[in-house]
Amino acid sequence: MGADNQMEKLIIENVMKELAKRGLFGGEAEEVCKEVVKKAGDFATAACCNEAPIEVPDISGVWVPDPVNLDAIKAMKESTPARIGLYRAGARPKTDAFLKFLADHAQAMDAVFLDVSDEFLTKMNLFSVQTEARDKDEFLKMPHLGRKLSEEGKKTVLERCQKNVQVQIIIVDGLSSSAIEANVPDVLPVLTQGLNASGIVVGTPFFVKNGRVGVQDEIGMLLNADVVVSLIGERPGLVTADSMSAYMIYRPSEKTVEADRTMISNIHKGGTPPAEAGALLVDIVKQILAAKCSGMKLSLQ
Amino acid sequence: MNLSAKVYNKSFTFKSVKEVLAKANEEKSGDMLAGIGAESATERVAAKLVLSRLTLEDIYNNPVIPYEIDEVTRVIYDGLNIAIYNKFKNYTVGELRDYILDSDTTGEDLKHLGRGLTSEMIAAVAKLMSNLDLVYAAKKIRNQAHCNTTIGVPGTLAFRNQPNHPTDSVHGIMASIKEGLSFGSGDAVIGINPVEDNAETVKRQLETVKEFMHKWEIPTQACVLAHITTQMKAIELGAPADLVFQSIAGTQAANDAFGVSAELIAEAYALAERKGTGTGPNLLYFETGQGSEISLECHHGVDEMTLEARTYGFGRKFKPFMVNNVSGFIGPETIYDGKEVIRADLEDLFMGKLHGLPMGIAPCYTNHMKADQNDQEIGTMLCAMAGSNYFMGVPGGDDVMLSYQDTSYHDDASVREILGLRPLPEFEKWLEKMGIMEDGRLTKKAGDPSIFDK
Repeated sequence: MGADNQMEKLIIENVMKELAKRGLFGGEAEEVCKEVVKKAGDFATAACCNEAPIEVPDISGVWVPDPVNLDAIKAMKESTPARIGLYRAGARPKTDAFLKFLADHAQAMDAVFLDVSDEFLTKMNLFSVQTEARDKDEFLKMPHLGRKLSEEGKKTVLERCQKNVQVQIIIVDGLSSSAIEANVPDVLPVLTQGLNASGIVVGTPFFVKNGRVGVQDEIGMLLNADVVVSLIGERPGLVTADSMSAYMIYRPSEKTVEADRTMISNIHKGGTPPAEAGALLVDIVKQILAAKCSGMKLSLQ
Repeated sequence: MNLSAKVYNKSFTFKSVKEVLAKANEEKSGDMLAGIGAESATERVAAKLVLSRLTLEDIYNNPVIPYEIDEVTRVIYDGLNIAIYNKFKNYTVGELRDYILDSDTTGEDLKHLGRGLTSEMIAAVAKLMSNLDLVYAAKKIRNQAHCNTTIGVPGTLAFRNQPNHPTDSVHGIMASIKEGLSFGSGDAVIGINPVEDNAETVKRQLETVKEFMHKWEIPTQACVLAHITTQMKAIELGAPADLVFQSIAGTQAANDAFGVSAELIAEAYALAERKGTGTGPNLLYFETGQGSEISLECHHGVDEMTLEARTYGFGRKFKPFMVNNVSGFIGPETIYDGKEVIRADLEDLFMGKLHGLPMGIAPCYTNHMKADQNDQEIGTMLCAMAGSNYFMGVPGGDDVMLSYQDTSYHDDASVREILGLRPLPEFEKWLEKMGIMEDGRLTKKAGDPSIFDK
């Protein structure tokens, strides 16, 4: 209920009390008035809920008052995602530009600091294991911990996964849980079905919490898989917090270096759309299996 | 040399000057990652106590990385003014702090002093200073440099116009340049981070910016921040570079990882002198940041703040036009949150200035740090009070190519207004000519990027 409506209700109540005190009011009339007060409240509730919710401001327009060349600014805005042509309040950003910035940063922060939800994992039929990083603070401060599974995690993986498969797919939160929730539902089925259709043996996919790219090496060695595909959340920007990467490695070992990984980045609906990315990954995995190598070695072939 | 201290009933003994320096640091995630930071608040104070009693000669005799194995150490020691060092070598670090803060010690005195201090000494004294101490001391020092214009003029605050674009679109870059100029940002440099690190891109971008500067008679400098060797190739191809840029670090191993050495930087300077378009004598632009050596695993067990000081010791040999500190860009494993980054910015500004460098700061943050816009704005205001020569200028504070947040064109203009600071003199005249500024304030036209499209 808005402040105005509360005020209205208070006024009616006070007037009623005053009239009653002076004997000008009472009994039936009082009941009628109570009814009025109640309706004022109902009306207020209804007014607030009939309106569409307030959304994050759109900053695609030109806010410069009386610009020298409006079309030129429109063309400038077409040419870059940068926040321009939004003028100022004194030397500060206008309210709506400020609110848009806050909303975009909030999305980015939540992508990093919130976990992938249990409901999502259940829905996707993914079991979850954790790395040696016990929480987000440790994960961010100690990158090496995110490259090793916890003892319990290793045990679970060995219990629940098939060994010696051709392809093991893992979903890793990395730096964006929202990237996982936004893209995996489209990428994973296309990828799995595409590989199965080509007669490739794919292991049981699972989720790694507080994981980094390098965790795929340990998992590949643990399960003796030919190729490990990691779908991992990228560090969010303000433009999108939902960008995901795929990293692929052929038979990782203790000697694996970063250049051994094949990578595609920028998987999100504004970049490489997830379903398309799934199909692309099928092709790349086939190439890796055929060439028996990944990363720089594969590019050089 | 006494390496033991007692904090009430707790005793601590440290093994080396290097360990004392690390444990005396304010908390930073990078030092904890390297396993060298203080393990308790009390241990931190014990290290500060020990440090306060060390003499400058003790520090001179114990460089954190030996002279024989590290080029940065050699550059620092070979460039030291021995006469000045000898005058101060019996000072303890605690006495040095009091001398720096003393009302009778002027900015000129501090510039003189800085010539006789190694980077480890400068880091040491900064570890005994609070945030306000750092602002108070840094404020005294004003280091100027000249390329096409003079930066660091008292009473001014300049900005790098940073118009980056995710695909190097020339139109997109020009759009942000115009927006920034219309807010009065761009007097330090118009500096682009290219996506594609190749000589053709560098040349094309420099030609576009220089042509625009020429057409509108904008008194500033242009720079494209590719790798130093790429810029050198572009200059050989005839690209009009006023400044040559490079990231540098505080150990030889980290500089190797960056693909630079003292010899290469000297070569780039010589090339800029012969074939560049900048007037000089200052023709280089360096970027630095606490934690880069730790990220690259090239830290030799030295804390990230001391390594940052050594970066300045290395950089001052080459008399740059500008040094920009981007400690907030490296990531949460080296600088975790708002408190750590504000502290690092203030340390870096003071340490850079005492090294004699024309310092600017980028009080910035990435989205995986526990920092937000409010932290960044506090850092910006404090660094402005401490007399930073310049800040960055990014449209709306959101760098759409590097995906991090830095000071915006709005922030630039706001800080000037709050503290009564002006653009660099010739740039202010240009802003007045364009009708963007009047008596140091933005006019109604300011913020209209289409004034360049009549």
